[in-house]
Amino acid sequence: MPGSDDVAIKAFFEKHFSKLWLALVYLFLYLPLFFMIVFSFNSTRQDARFTGISLRWYQALPHDTKIVEGFWLSLKVATVTGLLSAVLATFAAFVLVRYRRFPGRTIFSGMVNAPLVMPEVVIGLSMLLLMVGAQNLFGWPQRGMLTIILGHTLLGMAYGMVVVQSRLLEMDRSIEEAAMNLGARPHQVFFLVTVPNIFQAILAAFLLSFTLSFDDVVIAEFLSGPGVNTLPQVIFGYARRGINPTIYAAATLLIVLVTTVVVAYSVWVARQTRRREREIAAATRAELAALSRQ
Amino acid sequence: MHAPSISLLGKRFVICVPYTWLLLFFCLPFLILLYISLVDVGNDIAPFKPLWDSETGILKLKYENYLSIFRSGDGGGLFKTIYIEAFLLSIWYALCTALLCLVIAYPFSYFIATASPRVRPALLMMVMLPFWTSFLLRVYAWKGILADQGVLNQALIFLGLTNEPILMLYTNVSMLVGMTYVCLPFMILPLYANLVKMDFRLLEAAYDLGASPLKAFWLVTVPLSRTGIIAGFMLVFIPSLGEFVIPSLLGGPENIMIGRVVWDELFTSNNWPRASALAVIMIAVIIVPLAVYYHYTGESADARK
Repeated sequence: MPGSDDVAIKAFFEKHFSKLWLALVYLFLYLPLFFMIVFSFNSTRQDARFTGISLRWYQALPHDTKIVEGFWLSLKVATVTGLLSAVLATFAAFVLVRYRRFPGRTIFSGMVNAPLVMPEVVIGLSMLLLMVGAQNLFGWPQRGMLTIILGHTLLGMAYGMVVVQSRLLEMDRSIEEAAMNLGARPHQVFFLVTVPNIFQAILAAFLLSFTLSFDDVVIAEFLSGPGVNTLPQVIFGYARRGINPTIYAAATLLIVLVTTVVVAYSVWVARQTRRREREIAAATRAELAALSRQ
Repeated sequence: MHAPSISLLGKRFVICVPYTWLLLFFCLPFLILLYISLVDVGNDIAPFKPLWDSETGILKLKYENYLSIFRSGDGGGLFKTIYIEAFLLSIWYALCTALLCLVIAYPFSYFIATASPRVRPALLMMVMLPFWTSFLLRVYAWKGILADQGVLNQALIFLGLTNEPILMLYTNVSMLVGMTYVCLPFMILPLYANLVKMDFRLLEAAYDLGASPLKAFWLVTVPLSRTGIIAGFMLVFIPSLGEFVIPSLLGGPENIMIGRVVWDELFTSNNWPRASALAVIMIAVIIVPLAVYYHYTGESADARK
């Protein structure tokens, strides 16, 4: 039987062990980010010793035409990919959740989910073969922005579908039935009731596929044409050659941007949830008051 | 009688849009991949020859693309080719990555799941935050950290743990660090989702019945979180198998993984049929653990009913 001292020591150790472990793993997760932020302000090209603070890499950034052009291209590709993926993901999730039976449903669900487990190299290669085949037959499309968008959308749609699907599954269908009983047409129900209800998930699908596209290098390398380089492709090219602190400056700006967007988004979601809870509570109170008056 | 036909039309439309998209951009490319894996290598102008000989009209299936993967041309032994070696190495590295992730993530997820509900969302968001910033840049940063004159070696020398810089970059170490780093959230999240639902009264019951904490953990917590462990393992193992970026940035010349081999066959050797054949085998290699996984989870779901 363990003595009370033994238990106290064990509890103490357990408490601090958990904190230590959490701290170490967070350090591991954030170390590269800290590293890039610190060394983006370095005054020399060195990546081992901090030789002094300077903004020279930030000044060099706008003059690096490859990075700037890559950034704009990536922004365009990611925006179109995000929009396309969000729309297709909503369609696919709706089909999978609402239409339990139609010919080819198993194949459909397999095809939607397959890109999640396919290696990017395989997706890139097979899409490249499709594009080359189409080009031989129709002379279109040229490898470039369009082909990258098509490749990214395949991936974005699969990830977005998972997000929208889970929201659709937990959605209360009685409000749709109520709308239908009140005479709304199916498309009206969809756009006026269903879409507003799952809008958060659609937005999440957009953000997720936007990020996937903005981040992807493998599919882009397969599908881009000569002279067309997305930001990750430019970075990948630099990274293979060696250290370039301009990349760290770009990374720092990206980290700041992404952190702001993610934090703002989660604050928005938290506020929405709280508002909805407040409204439900208010409605319940009003109902109770009405009942007690009767 | 009008409304149902309109809604039926609507249903067809809703199904057709994603269906057509997927047939066109998922199914068709895969069929082309399969087709090209069975044709002859072309010349400089076209990277592959057509399956049907235009002169004789004879169907020419070339199984050689597959055969050459399993047996090298110069009379080498069966399975002793760079391709098989790359496949085996990929499976090995993916297994190591998944195990490393599990060891790091299990206590981590457990501690988050047992933390107070007020701080849990913040702790989880802190896991996701680096995941949203560029994956490529984070891998790239490890290059600077793990270099011979890098931050980590300098810190180790400063602390007196070593006199000479330890060679880490472009070895197994740097590659596994990179893979573990990138895959860690995919292990943490399913484990957390599983552990947070656990009924901790079961642990108390085990203590009351005289189990030591270690024994209770091993006999109660671990079996209860089995589905989370398996899900996390799959989520790490499968993407790691075909990883391309991390081995080419952090791996050395001996860390050949299959994704890189496919890449080299296509872009360096210009051997499109062999690259396609390798990709087809890669899909097969990935389907096996998935099938086992679905079989297993399906069975346990049935058992719960």
